[in-house]
Amino acid sequence: MLRLEVRPQPSVRWGYASPLLALAITVVIGVILFAVLGKDPVRGLQVFFWEPVKSGYAWSELMVKATPLLIIALGLAVCFRSNVWNIGAEGQYVLGAVCAAGVALTAGKDTGVWIIPAILLAGVLGGMFWAGITALLRDRFNANEILVSLMLVYVGIQVLNYLVYGPWKDPMGFNFPQTKTFESVAQMPRLMQGSRLNIGLPLALLGVVAAWIFLFRTYSGFAQQVGGLAPAAARYAGFSSRKALWIALLTSGGAAGLAGALEVAGPIGQLTPFVPAGYGFAAIIVAYVGRLHPVGIVFSAILMSMFYIGGELAQSRLGLPKSITGVFQGLLLFALLACDTLIAYRVVWKK
Amino acid sequence: MESIALLIAASLNAGTVLAIASLGLLINEKAGIVNLGAEGLMLCAALAGFAVTVHTGSTVAGFAAGMVAGALLAAVFGVLVIWLNTNQYATGLALSLFGAGFSAFAGTRYVQEKLPEQVQHAIPLLSDIPLVGPALFRHHPMVYLCVLLTLALIWFLWRTRAGLVLRSVGESPESAHALGYPVRRIRLLAVVAGGALCGLAGAYVSTVYTPLWVENMIAGKGWIALALTTFATWRPARVLLGAYLFGGVTMLQFHLQGIGVDVPSQFLSMMPYLATVVVLVLMSRNPTWIRVNMPASIGKPFYPGS
Repeated sequence: MLRLEVRPQPSVRWGYASPLLALAITVVIGVILFAVLGKDPVRGLQVFFWEPVKSGYAWSELMVKATPLLIIALGLAVCFRSNVWNIGAEGQYVLGAVCAAGVALTAGKDTGVWIIPAILLAGVLGGMFWAGITALLRDRFNANEILVSLMLVYVGIQVLNYLVYGPWKDPMGFNFPQTKTFESVAQMPRLMQGSRLNIGLPLALLGVVAAWIFLFRTYSGFAQQVGGLAPAAARYAGFSSRKALWIALLTSGGAAGLAGALEVAGPIGQLTPFVPAGYGFAAIIVAYVGRLHPVGIVFSAILMSMFYIGGELAQSRLGLPKSITGVFQGLLLFALLACDTLIAYRVVWKK
Repeated sequence: MESIALLIAASLNAGTVLAIASLGLLINEKAGIVNLGAEGLMLCAALAGFAVTVHTGSTVAGFAAGMVAGALLAAVFGVLVIWLNTNQYATGLALSLFGAGFSAFAGTRYVQEKLPEQVQHAIPLLSDIPLVGPALFRHHPMVYLCVLLTLALIWFLWRTRAGLVLRSVGESPESAHALGYPVRRIRLLAVVAGGALCGLAGAYVSTVYTPLWVENMIAGKGWIALALTTFATWRPARVLLGAYLFGGVTMLQFHLQGIGVDVPSQFLSMMPYLATVVVLVLMSRNPTWIRVNMPASIGKPFYPGS
């Protein structure tokens, strides 16, 4: 019978290999799925893994989608490494977008460029506020952060709906539930002509560096991780678990809020009920597939972005529902968790 | 008065969905496993139940399909968590994300489908009593079955040997293992049984409660059911009462809209979710209270011989 045997040391090699194996498993299942649905698997693979990278323009679109995933997942990496289970990033993203839109809507024709940092700050604060509620209830009342943060996703989406169906609805918008399009000064500056890439991408890359430094080169980041890996050791060392909780939630909330601000004042350009696109949930997968490591997350964010673009192309080119993206996302995380078993265990044959 | 009777009826119906799912999760948690995948599992089961009902015309077949779908997905979750020792929270989350994606993908062709006309249920004589009749005796049989299920679960958990073993596996798997019980197999059975109940709840949603299929139609009910087990401090009777209470909160919004309360509908839609948060806060405030009632090994992996 096949049995699992605990390795004396966790395998470093499998730490790197496991996400790749998980991707391979997902691809194999994908190929089978395409075949079952009567679609050409080669076309399917092309749509997901070649079309999104075949030209400069395709790459820029890939990065447009990868940016919010990257930013949210960086925050979640800090959070998950502290063993704090914030799964409500989607709600924090929505609140960030709402607060950013609130600032962006005040802009007029003669507003200065200072509005850009103001919008971003509003987004960060909005996300932090929403995550802060979870932190407060966990800290003060011991309420489970998984359930609270998730419930607040639904509440946040209703707040957004209230605003776009009510007070913030564009009076000239033919009664569509959306705000007016933001003034051009309140739109995120683009990096170059002919592409939707904006300052979000350099900000996200700065975030990678910042997260790496925080996690691996600061005392506070170290305390954060000790608290996550060995709570007893952290207590013994005098690291405050309450402080760790707040840092974890405020960081991930702020990051999600920033992503919301960049998205609403970037590619979307107005507040609509379609702002919540599931990035907050997909970013959980991005964070895990990237090994909760800032550099790994860059790659996994690009991969996840390929899934999104591939899903859209699968709809237009192959006539498959766009939601195929969600199937692959879920499969990838499943496969990864199963493969991760190989890091701590060795498979042996025993009678 | 008439409208109060209807509100009670609607609350019991809504509460039944939550109660069935939550009782399933209670079985899991009593055996020491937390399944955060309830939402995704219910979505897949809702689709399976709906599709089978569309093709066969039988709601009962739909329920069975939902239970099978729930049990299968739960089995996958169980094998990962119990044999491969993957993190329970992360694996449950994966199931929720996968379930949402898969049901949306597989269900596209069912979005416009309609179910056969629903049969009106009424208990003879009793249903004719004014007010009480419409409130309590004109329900789908599932509403009454759910009460029976609660009683059966109380009996099983606290009055049978198997129930004792199940609880011991959740409290102290090491002791149960030392006594020679197959801890992992028992946990898997509990997970599959719980998954089947969640699946039944999902199928009830798509075939009876709101007889249609749309993406993400479970709308957080799986998560609320998870919160309910804490709320009920892992007691089946309290799960049932809590579920009715939550059903009431959910239905109150429609009631308030009906009588023309001037609050934007979005704020009313928030109520079940806000109520969940409030309840969690109230129940968790006292850590000792939770610790005394919570299965001691909940969420902790167990691998014999390590």
